[in-house]
Amino acid sequence: MREQPFESPLLVESIKPNPFLDFVRCVFSNIREVLSKLLKNPLSATGLIILLGFVLVALAAPWLAPPSERHLDSYMIPQDGFSPTPKPPSAQHLFGTTERQYDIFYGLVWGTRTAFKIGFVVLFFTLIVGIILGALSGYFGGWIDELLMRMTEIFIAFPSLVATMVLVTILGKGLDKIIIAFVVFGWMTYARLIRGNILQIKENTYIEAARAAGATATRIIFRHLVPNAIFPVVVVASLDIGTVVLGAAALSFLGLGAPEGYSDWGQMISYALNWILGTHNDRLAYWYTIFFPGLMISLFVLAWNFLGDAFRDIFDPRLRGSR
Amino acid sequence: MQPSNSCFSAPLSESPDVKSPADLKGGKEQLDRLLKKHGLNDPIWVQYGRWIGEISQGNLGWSETAKTTVLEAIQKRFLATAELTLWAIGPLIFLALWMGVAAAVRHNSWQDQFLRFFTVIGTSLPSFVLGLFLLMLFYGVLYKHLPPLFEGWFLPQRLSDWANAVVQDQTRFTQWTGMMTVDAILNGQWRIFWDALGHIILPILGLSFANWAYLQRVMRSSMLETLRQDYVRTARAKGLAEKTVISKHAQRNAMILVATLVGFTVVGLLGGLIITETIFNYPGLGSWTARAAVQLDIPAVLGYVLFTTTLLLITNLIVDLLYVIIDPRVRLT
Repeated sequence: MREQPFESPLLVESIKPNPFLDFVRCVFSNIREVLSKLLKNPLSATGLIILLGFVLVALAAPWLAPPSERHLDSYMIPQDGFSPTPKPPSAQHLFGTTERQYDIFYGLVWGTRTAFKIGFVVLFFTLIVGIILGALSGYFGGWIDELLMRMTEIFIAFPSLVATMVLVTILGKGLDKIIIAFVVFGWMTYARLIRGNILQIKENTYIEAARAAGATATRIIFRHLVPNAIFPVVVVASLDIGTVVLGAAALSFLGLGAPEGYSDWGQMISYALNWILGTHNDRLAYWYTIFFPGLMISLFVLAWNFLGDAFRDIFDPRLRGSR
Repeated sequence: MQPSNSCFSAPLSESPDVKSPADLKGGKEQLDRLLKKHGLNDPIWVQYGRWIGEISQGNLGWSETAKTTVLEAIQKRFLATAELTLWAIGPLIFLALWMGVAAAVRHNSWQDQFLRFFTVIGTSLPSFVLGLFLLMLFYGVLYKHLPPLFEGWFLPQRLSDWANAVVQDQTRFTQWTGMMTVDAILNGQWRIFWDALGHIILPILGLSFANWAYLQRVMRSSMLETLRQDYVRTARAKGLAEKTVISKHAQRNAMILVATLVGFTVVGLLGGLIITETIFNYPGLGSWTARAAVQLDIPAVLGYVLFTTTLLLITNLIVDLLYVIIDPRVRLT
């Protein structure tokens, strides 16, 4: 019998270093379990179905609302004339038009893409900032921890709507500026969560082993600690997408967001602002300008809330069965 | 050298009568002179130190959007906002706690499901959408069909025109507090009270719905958890009336968890004010801050943040003191 050469686990690891694949595997192995639990709960199943609907709408946007060929940017809502008065739903404009004749249906369909884009980009960058700061803070401890955590508290102290509003105004209006503002004032919870998880995990023997084998701090943090600490934080963060989209819509509503005519839910609602009171004879004459955009945002947030509730049930065993 | 663009020079931004028109003319030398005069070339910590110094003396700077000093602007608008918040918070907390307990006691009954439906809507409906829906239904539709008793209800602003005329007239009306409803009572002007109440009711609804929903849910789950505790079973086993068990044993323990959240509710109300006041055109702190932020009136925003943070600290202190009343295990030493 030929003797097998001794392979230390650390050696194997160094042959195929692919932390990204490991991370993906870790998330997906957890996701299958979580998904099956989510589908059993009627509320979260509803939430998932609604969200799936939104994803489909976002993906099918070019077919649902084909952009006109004259437009270079398909996110810009086509205008049918320039009349200041909204027009009610018709065969040509399913949900009617807003002031200055922007098609509501088109704006909402493409606005779904905008919403997901804002949500995911903010999620991605807040997570990166949160993970790096939380990991550094949790791993090194001492004055680094002290400094980073005090910084976190300072950022938490700002009322978030005001803080993002001011930052967006300073940077100049625009969706990209809104995203930056939400990242700057959104990472704190995740940094704290990651830090807490890492404080726990770093006591494990395999971390000690890695350190004994001479692994550098960077390697221990990003190869051993973060992949193990990340999953609950990713879940919490992705449930915040609803809140982020809502906040972005609020800023857009206040006139700090997308450029005029861009497909964006918050902007669609701000177009309804002048038409709330209807005409003298029919007070609800312009109901469609607020109803459809309002319904869209509310459904989106509702779906995330359902999911969030179910997650809290799954992860917090104390509350299990209390619904 | 580039001036370090710093927001801490805020209190040093003076009112227009101090800035002479000559300041605005002139070329680079003039600019340098101005930068030096306001200390904008100093390192940021020096500016910060100066800012703290000015703040501690109550000089919050000049607000361009309010056309007065920030301190004065806050004083004037805070009372309007406080009126809104005070009217909102009492019923909001009472209803949320009462309904939370009721839902938990009748767990999974139709009442529970009914309330849950509303709390789900409350937490999902963005405040600006809710505000616009409210305006559309009440101001748009209902306003025309109101009985004469409710004349002038659901309008934006704080008072109807005729009431405003009375309030501004100092011989007939003394503004003791700046809160219209309270002043009206103090002056014995019941019609003005009624009018002010009618104007304030929609913003109150728009402001409190989401917070009510959130608080109700927390109270409900807190109560559900308490009802499963051993001491509740003991209380029932020794034959106490169910009413006593719930109000004396369960409810008071469930309140401990919720008390902390009341502080957050105040903050939530203050945050919600920005949107709500803007929609209902209510002249308070929130709508002013929204305007100030959009127009980059930095002294105003800084003043607002400073003010709300202080308010939050005070609220938290009050909540901590309330613990002593709610939870007999906690003692002030």
